[in-house]
Amino acid sequence: MDPQHAITAENIHKSYAAIKAVNGISFIVYKGEVFSFLGPNGAGKTTTVEMLEGIRKADSGRINVLGEDPWHSAIKLRDRVGIMPQDFRFIERITPKEAIRYYCSLFGMPDKSSELLELVELSEVQDVYFQNLSGGQKQKVGICLALVNDPELVFLDEPTTGLDPKARRKIWDLIRKLKSEGRTVILTTHYLEEAQMLADRVAIMDHGRIIVEGSPADIIQKMGKGRKLIVQYTEELFRHLSEVLGLECSRSGDSLSVTVHSNRDVMDVLEFADRSRIELTSLSLKEDTLEDIFVDLVTEQEESQ
Amino acid sequence: MKLKNIVADLKIYSRNYMRSTTAIFFVFIFPLILMLLFGSIFSGSTTSAVPLYVQNLDTSGNMSNTFIETLNSTHFVDIHMIPDNVNIQAYISQHSITAALLIPANFTSDYSQGQHISLTYYNNPAVSTSSVAQQAISVTVQLFNSHFANNNQTVSVASTSVTTHAANYIDFLIPGLIGLVILTSPMFSMTYIVSSYKKDKIFRQLSLTPLTKSEWFLSKFIWYLIISALSAIMIIAVGTLLFHSTLSISLLVIPFLVVGVFMFTSLGILAGSVSRSEESASVIGNIITFPMMFLSGTFFPIAIMPSWLQSFAHVLPLFYIIDGLNSVTIYSNYSSATLDLAVSIAVAAVIFVFTVLKFSWKEQ
Ligand SMILES: Nc1ncnc2c1ncn2[C@@H]1O[C@H](COP(=O)(O)OP(=O)(O)OP(=O)(O)O)[C@@H](O)[C@H]1O
Ligand SMILES: [Mg+2]
Repeated sequence: MDPQHAITAENIHKSYAAIKAVNGISFIVYKGEVFSFLGPNGAGKTTTVEMLEGIRKADSGRINVLGEDPWHSAIKLRDRVGIMPQDFRFIERITPKEAIRYYCSLFGMPDKSSELLELVELSEVQDVYFQNLSGGQKQKVGICLALVNDPELVFLDEPTTGLDPKARRKIWDLIRKLKSEGRTVILTTHYLEEAQMLADRVAIMDHGRIIVEGSPADIIQKMGKGRKLIVQYTEELFRHLSEVLGLECSRSGDSLSVTVHSNRDVMDVLEFADRSRIELTSLSLKEDTLEDIFVDLVTEQEESQ
Repeated sequence: MKLKNIVADLKIYSRNYMRSTTAIFFVFIFPLILMLLFGSIFSGSTTSAVPLYVQNLDTSGNMSNTFIETLNSTHFVDIHMIPDNVNIQAYISQHSITAALLIPANFTSDYSQGQHISLTYYNNPAVSTSSVAQQAISVTVQLFNSHFANNNQTVSVASTSVTTHAANYIDFLIPGLIGLVILTSPMFSMTYIVSSYKKDKIFRQLSLTPLTKSEWFLSKFIWYLIISALSAIMIIAVGTLLFHSTLSISLLVIPFLVVGVFMFTSLGILAGSVSRSEESASVIGNIITFPMMFLSGTFFPIAIMPSWLQSFAHVLPLFYIIDGLNSVTIYSNYSSATLDLAVSIAVAAVIFVFTVLKFSWKEQ
């Protein structure tokens, strides 16, 4: 395996009885990058990640993680990989601090509990039993445990789902910090802006397949429909722009969204409004985001099914 | 296998355990309640007929049979026969007998010739019921001397004391309660722990650390050993101080504690492993635990149960633990205890093999 590759997966499949959860996917994750899996519920993200983590066995295909087969060499990878599962749970009447200390002694690490608790802002509840923590606090304990063994490769399956906005920003900072320390991060998320902001590359999955893969900027450039000009909706504007100028227009509520391909198109819209004495009360330009592309892609997939 | 990992896991597990009031209740409070309850109900109650074992070496004559019938008609004793081809002293200690009578070979001929006959009464003077049997015997002897031999002191009884220890109810209840703790403390929590760890994927979580399954198992085994030993000490202390038990507690209790805890820790893990949900785990756990709790000689000797139920008791693993504890503490009958221990070890080994096969941390 190329020493620059943290993970290579070739044509992996996984079924649960009748459900094809992962249907022949291949990808490469480079060392030191943040790689993000995106996709609707049930797309197969968790299943894929669990096969990479070595806690689920692929039906077929080849997986290589840091030079090892994760299913058969899970023990060798244990010290080099950190895992925060999607549905993290822990022993009921154990506190976050005790849990981290327990992991530290199992991994033969010095006690890092205060440092890690600080990192995810859990110090306040460090002595509360796990069963009494809030959903977000439980998740943060999972993140701490994934980092105890100072891993080269970190798997975070939806680490920010259910966190408040401030806590999410804290996790973003943490992921940036992990990347700056040279670690590879596999991030699963439903927040597209999070992936756009943090990930070097993303893979969008649906129905067990990867439908698009690449850096967010590349994907937006390749698949985006260009810029949109958004003005207030009037019947006259809509008709003129779509029928006379031939621009792609769509109405949503009070606003009219016009796909523009050049500055000339923008000028045309403004000139028509001026000639027809339409006073513009709102006006903005917007570029397609990863989220727009994601929604389009997934809708297309559904329609073609 | 790393000691460091076992210690770390033991620390976490014991904390979680000690913070659960139900677990503490079942190990420390529940046995006390049972002792107070059963102890006060049954202490001091006497059974109407006292068991008396008789060996009749006078196989040719009929006078000895008349003697036994007369003895029986007093209704003070419940007569059991000892085969005439065994050594009575050995038989007594083997069967933990507290009262036995030996009728010599030429009873009938000596009696008709007016020769002096000496019967031997083996008894444990410490046992309250032994005097009942003694009285029944002397009444019968007097009858024989007056009616059949014109008041000559033809028949006499020599007493020989035997060391078999007599059980009053509390002495019997204490080993039973220790057995109960050996059964319930690992069984109830292990079935629950294993099924809920499976549901919450905590085993998957642990499989990602250097902790191994055997280290995890060993830490549970050590924990329940500590807990059960503390509970046993408490039971013995309360039994002695409050109910004046005179049990002879020896270190030979320890092997039964170790084997029993090992057996039921494994069985609890096995029950949790084969069940698909927490609910079914608790059902399976109860199906295994409850019959054993009541039918293994825990609260009353299995001898009072109908014989088909006694046969059933003999297939319950806890029966051998409790029988062994009884043999050690009540009867000082070490050959019987050794046999019980051997059976228990074999059963524990079989259960352990199944547990190893069924207990997995990974899903496919
Ligand atoms: N243990 C399992 N047994 C049976 N089916 C499963 C199991 N785990 C997942 N599945 C099924 O496999 C498919 C993919 O599930 P997976 O958890 O990988 O999706 P996901 O992309 O992570 O979804 P989400 O965004 O909701 O977390 C789903 O249809 C799910 O129902
Ligand atoms: Mg998922």
